[in-house]
Amino acid sequence: MMAGVPKRLPRITVWRAIFAAILLSGAYATYLRVVYGLGGSTNLSDKFPWGLWIGFDVMCGVGLAAGGFTLVAMVHIFNIKQYRPVLRPAILTAFLGYLLVTLGLLYDVGRPDRMWHPLVMWNPHSVMFEVAWCVTLYSTVLFLEFLPIVFERFGLHKPIEWIHRISVPMMILGVLLSTLHQSSLGTLFLIVPEKLYPLWYTPVLPLLFFVSAIAVGLAMTIFESWHSARAFGRALELPLLASIGRVLAVAMSVYLWIRFLDLLHRDAFGLLLRNRTETWLFLLEIALGVVPTALLYQARIRRSPAALYVCAVMVVFGFIANRLNVGITGLEAGSGTHYIPKWSEVAVTLSLVAIGFAIFRVIGQYFPVFEAHSTEPAPATREVKEADPLSVG
Amino acid sequence: MPRAILYDSTLCIGCRACEGACAKRWGLPYNDKVAAEETISAHKLTTIVTHGDHFCRRLCMNCLQPACASVCPVGALQKTALGPVTYDAAKCIGCRYCMQACPFQVPTYEWSSRLPRMRKCDMCSARQSGGKLTACAEICPTGATFNGERNALIAEARSRLAAKPDQYYQKIYGLSEVGGTSVFFLSAVPFEQIGLRTNVPREPLPMLTWRVLELLPDVVSTGSVLLGGIWWITNRRAEVARKEGPHK
Ligand code: SF4
Ligand code: SF4
Ligand code: SF4
Repeated sequence: MMAGVPKRLPRITVWRAIFAAILLSGAYATYLRVVYGLGGSTNLSDKFPWGLWIGFDVMCGVGLAAGGFTLVAMVHIFNIKQYRPVLRPAILTAFLGYLLVTLGLLYDVGRPDRMWHPLVMWNPHSVMFEVAWCVTLYSTVLFLEFLPIVFERFGLHKPIEWIHRISVPMMILGVLLSTLHQSSLGTLFLIVPEKLYPLWYTPVLPLLFFVSAIAVGLAMTIFESWHSARAFGRALELPLLASIGRVLAVAMSVYLWIRFLDLLHRDAFGLLLRNRTETWLFLLEIALGVVPTALLYQARIRRSPAALYVCAVMVVFGFIANRLNVGITGLEAGSGTHYIPKWSEVAVTLSLVAIGFAIFRVIGQYFPVFEAHSTEPAPATREVKEADPLSVG
Repeated sequence: MPRAILYDSTLCIGCRACEGACAKRWGLPYNDKVAAEETISAHKLTTIVTHGDHFCRRLCMNCLQPACASVCPVGALQKTALGPVTYDAAKCIGCRYCMQACPFQVPTYEWSSRLPRMRKCDMCSARQSGGKLTACAEICPTGATFNGERNALIAEARSRLAAKPDQYYQKIYGLSEVGGTSVFFLSAVPFEQIGLRTNVPREPLPMLTWRVLELLPDVVSTGSVLLGGIWWITNRRAEVARKEGPHK
């Protein structure tokens, strides 16, 4: 997926060079983290204990992987078979996403050797305890949802049947676990009412986190289909993506409406008159939500792959802006300090993203991630692509 | 009976004896350089802060319903019946949620260590359960830091305010902040002028997350029924369609 450009040697080399540079800096940052601890590898401080590794790697990582549960729910529980072609890529993204989040946590947590502690030392009053359990269980579910792809590759049919038998309760469990921890990432910040800037602090943070996760999961599906279509030279399932674009527009509208109501009920609109960094960051975040939503309501936009892609990217960036605002920038004033990530924090984060792209690409190439739809009525959908985009879009 | 600390800023002469006693109690180095640092950190768990003519102390408030203990995913932090909020370094995973959650920004971290711990004042839990005073109270030459039973200290604070109304700002800091703490402050001037946070909520912070967390069983049970039901309905429809298919 690094190849957002066609498969031509010279340009691939540029991407590979960037990839190698990122991984090298990441390796050096890892060395710093291991040898000099968090002090030597981050700009965190007693006043600002969470930085990029929580704000981006965990909070954005988990959200961007939300397509997994959204599509499982749509395809298997709501039985909207039409979306089946993008189900496997979504599950793969989710699985990789959670692996990378766990990897990121190994960097961030002070004692990574004790990462298992929350599983045996309980504190049910802690949101983080709940998140730890949900993420662990959900990663297991994702692994099981991903396994059939591996078995299929090696022609093992017995185990596929076996997994198939437990698949319904497993999928329901997966959706529930996701609902819980996606929203709980918002609940985490309910404990800092005096620190988090009031444009973001609201009792409905859990609900907002949940709805925005659904939306960004859909946006990621469009994003990744577009990229993998280019990387693997497949035709884009445009009618299908256009229809996901519709669902995305609705999800975003619901999200923006809740945010509007929330600000209204908390009488928080006055805050927008203050000329502060927070105001501008908030407006940027909202613009990145409103603009693609408005665009996606137009059939013309949904029918054009490029426009659809740009909308999805805007939603993804708006989501990232939101999580960074809640997890980092919105806390700066209340914590009485400033935080700019150290280069090594950025290097680790970029490495995780790069590794994610690379593994996705390799798996997409060698495993039946994208072929799955050939057994389903998808070919038909592909044929109507040019002929009648309106039928689904 | 729960215990507490009363710090009376009007009696404090800024001698920093409490800092030294605390450092000794934890086995931390203490010298002029450390004394000059007016912030708490992993190597200085309490400090005197100068605010013009006035002094103030910083130490863990040992809240009655501590945010730090409620958020700790492994239960490394505990509110004891005696009053102190204790820390078990052997459990701590270093997630630093306690630091994020504490409204007083008390917990600190051993950032440069390879096997780091969180550090904070624990109101001399070990000493107090052995019947001794906290190290800082024991050494204080003027009685500015005073250690005793919580209720007795509240009564004492009230009588001081009543006895010298012109010398005291007429409030006790810690009585209602975040639902009450085990460390109280008295001051000659409004509390924000000696660096105490007055924007903290009056209600205990753990309630804010618990209100959501306690819905968890309801969400899970309702969600299972709902999702299972939807699956049953939609797949039944598919089944029917499959069966009826050939007849058409
Ligand atoms: S002051 Fe902070 S660290 Fe101390 S008990 Fe209260 S919440 Fe915990
Ligand atoms: S840093 Fe340690 S003590 Fe603090 S919340 Fe995390 S595990 Fe608990
Ligand atoms: S109570 Fe004990 S740990 Fe806390 S500041 Fe005083 S001496 Fe230090």
